[in-house]
Amino acid sequence: MNINWFKYASPASFYPLAGKMIPWFAVPAVILAVIGLIMGLFILPPDFKQGESYRIIFIHVPAAWMSMVIYLAMAFWAIIGMVWNSRLSSMMATALAPTGAIFCFLALWTGALWGKPTWGTYWVWDARLTTQLILLFMYFGYMALHAAIEDPRRAARASGLLAVVGAFNVPIIYFSVQWWNTLHQGASITPTKSEMAASMASVMLIMAIAAWLYSIAVTLKRVRCEILDRERHAAWVAELSTEAK
Amino acid sequence: MAELFDMGKHTWFVWGSYAVFFIFIVAELVLLGRRRRTIWQRLSRIKRMNSGDNNET
Repeated sequence: MNINWFKYASPASFYPLAGKMIPWFAVPAVILAVIGLIMGLFILPPDFKQGESYRIIFIHVPAAWMSMVIYLAMAFWAIIGMVWNSRLSSMMATALAPTGAIFCFLALWTGALWGKPTWGTYWVWDARLTTQLILLFMYFGYMALHAAIEDPRRAARASGLLAVVGAFNVPIIYFSVQWWNTLHQGASITPTKSEMAASMASVMLIMAIAAWLYSIAVTLKRVRCEILDRERHAAWVAELSTEAK
Repeated sequence: MAELFDMGKHTWFVWGSYAVFFIFIVAELVLLGRRRRTIWQRLSRIKRMNSGDNNET
């Protein structure tokens, strides 16, 4: 089967496709989140060292991962948008930002609430926490810059540039625990090894997949709003609003 | 039931994390739904304006 992928670079073609894709991500996201939450909160036993507070990692780690992955995805779409001058790419970058910012804030919030019983403090200016906070400011900067410029093309170019520059912060966040002496511990799970108990690691993985699927579903929903908003004077949108009635 | 939600001395930390997490996710979905409605209202306004222009000409 030969699929012409470039066809979907057009907002008019991508809009219905995104609508069809949303349930395929949203439904498994809800199912996995419910399974993960029940297991993580009520079934798994307390950790022998951290007690009950370790349960925070089931939302903290996926949130932290998503905040970094979404920023990289944002930078990727921004580059594609700048290189090929594709409208849909810049819409994708714009649609990703709020979800990434939310996950970034939640990683910091849940990290602080995990840090107090574990380290004895809500916050410390170590490399991992500080670079994660910088990431949150990069998200805010991106959204503020995009909103401040009225012309969509200029807004996409300026905020896209900020997204690309800010992407250099992501590997710094990831490797900060290796490069500097930080209070934040190193990665407990890497592609090759896991220092966590298998049951805990599997719940974290379930929650991480749920966060991935949720992010994709929400981004698709938001990009549909972006498309309608920016293409509101296009003939196909006028037809769509007639059909919707 | 209360036993199920009891996290010992870590109750505030665990439920404080999960509550804020849940609030933000729900808020994102509600705001997204509201934005969608606003856009559709704007689109129908544009459509009404355009059909008004066509009727005048």
